[in-house]
Amino acid sequence: MVRTYALLAWTWTRAAAAYRGSFALMVLLGFVVAAVDVAVILVVFANTTALAGFTRDEVLLLYGAASLSFTLCDMLVGNLDRVSAHIKAGTFDTFLIRPIGAWVQLAADRFNPTRIGRIVQAVLVLGHAVTALGVGWDRGWMIAVMVATGMVIFGSLWTLAGALQFLLTDAPEVVNTFTYGGQQLTQYPLAVYSRELVLGVTYVLPLAFVNWQPGLYVLGRDDPFGTPEALRFLGPVAALVLALAAMAAWRQGVRHYRSTGS
Amino acid sequence: MIRLDRAGRTFKVRRNVVHAVRDLSFSVAAGEFVGCLGPNGAGKSTTIKMLCGILTPTSGTVRMAGLDPARRRTTVARRIGVVFGQRTTLWWDLPLLDSFELCRHLYKVDRGLFRSRLDELTETLDLGAFLRTPVRQLSLGQRMRGDLAAALLHAPDVLVLDEPTIGLDVVSKAGIRDFLRRVNTERGTTVLLTTHDLVDVERLCRRVVLIDHGRLAFDGSLEQLMATAPGQSSIEDVVTRLYTGGARPPGDVARQ
Repeated sequence: MVRTYALLAWTWTRAAAAYRGSFALMVLLGFVVAAVDVAVILVVFANTTALAGFTRDEVLLLYGAASLSFTLCDMLVGNLDRVSAHIKAGTFDTFLIRPIGAWVQLAADRFNPTRIGRIVQAVLVLGHAVTALGVGWDRGWMIAVMVATGMVIFGSLWTLAGALQFLLTDAPEVVNTFTYGGQQLTQYPLAVYSRELVLGVTYVLPLAFVNWQPGLYVLGRDDPFGTPEALRFLGPVAALVLALAAMAAWRQGVRHYRSTGS
Repeated sequence: MIRLDRAGRTFKVRRNVVHAVRDLSFSVAAGEFVGCLGPNGAGKSTTIKMLCGILTPTSGTVRMAGLDPARRRTTVARRIGVVFGQRTTLWWDLPLLDSFELCRHLYKVDRGLFRSRLDELTETLDLGAFLRTPVRQLSLGQRMRGDLAAALLHAPDVLVLDEPTIGLDVVSKAGIRDFLRRVNTERGTTVLLTTHDLVDVERLCRRVVLIDHGRLAFDGSLEQLMATAPGQSSIEDVVTRLYTGGARPPGDVARQ
């Protein structure tokens, strides 16, 4: 599957690179747009020294980690939320006549390498935060786990979003709540939100494991909501459970696919 | 090679249940060339899509090359070639040759075999002039030839075509028909096609399966089809009579 994905992605990259000027412009544009998010955080800290008890660089660490997971996922599988568009255009059929899974074909379809600009921006923010906070290897290893966990969680959310679109063909935007909504939520320390919401994204939809729980470990802090210490390390488990659920949902979705007339 | 046994597919449209295909049974042996006829909305495309594994039947069984296409979709896909006349299965923004290269990888075709098949197809389908043109810039006739080539690069046992001549001019149609006849006779590929063009049927199909209201309305040779209306001399009149006759109960289906 990885080979098939790489092959499809490479073919699309070559097609996109044929227009060099537009390619460079899109990379730059992605970088600038993402920079606005960081600017908002900096503006907040120009007026205050702490956000829900977190310093500027601590917030940037949480933001950078979540942003890196999200933008990587967005580039790799972000196309999965186009199920409904493909169903309506009748083009989903063509994925199903090929001898490989529809998931990998759809994920790689129109692979867009210009999103690299946003990824670079996330790496820079994360790098700055790690340096400024002086995070050492003793706790810094968790950052790698955190980014990988975040990618699996966001990838699963995209898969779930795609699977839901087999049912909600007429309301494809509803599923953006999970994907883009998830990104918005993880941009700030969860401590700024209400207790109910945070418990929901800890125990139901595991968005808290994208950056919050493992991030608390990296920062050596206690959870203001008092969740048990063990949760800091349970991210991979939560991600795996969500991934399995997403896979099952996707299979059901394809099985219930109705195609179009003609 | 192909077998449907009391296959059915229903769709829920709001509160109603629509039977697109019901109790459909017929089979196609290896090497046959079968035309599938029926008025618009009769269930032809639904049948084709169940055979390719795109749609899961809601009742009965469907077998393609001995396999259940809904459960073994990717294995079945490797053994069949599929062409939709209404939409391309090629990669819209990529040059034709890139689409073929992708097919080579996806179907795991050996490089040497791929080269020789591509050369042969390029010659018989006259693709040379537009191999490097993006698919979206091709004319309908060129695109259809490209689609046919892509469906045959992995040398499938069965070729399934849903309205392959739709919208083409007479010369292009004749070219496609010649090609399909050669694929069937020279390679022995089993061909199942749906069409509204009765010339396709007259020139190509030794056997006709007629679907109406999702049920089998006729299954037999072209001569037997003509014989259902002794007074009529043109296939057009014969088929019109069958279409307007409405759905019959499965009991008095004309069979061989």
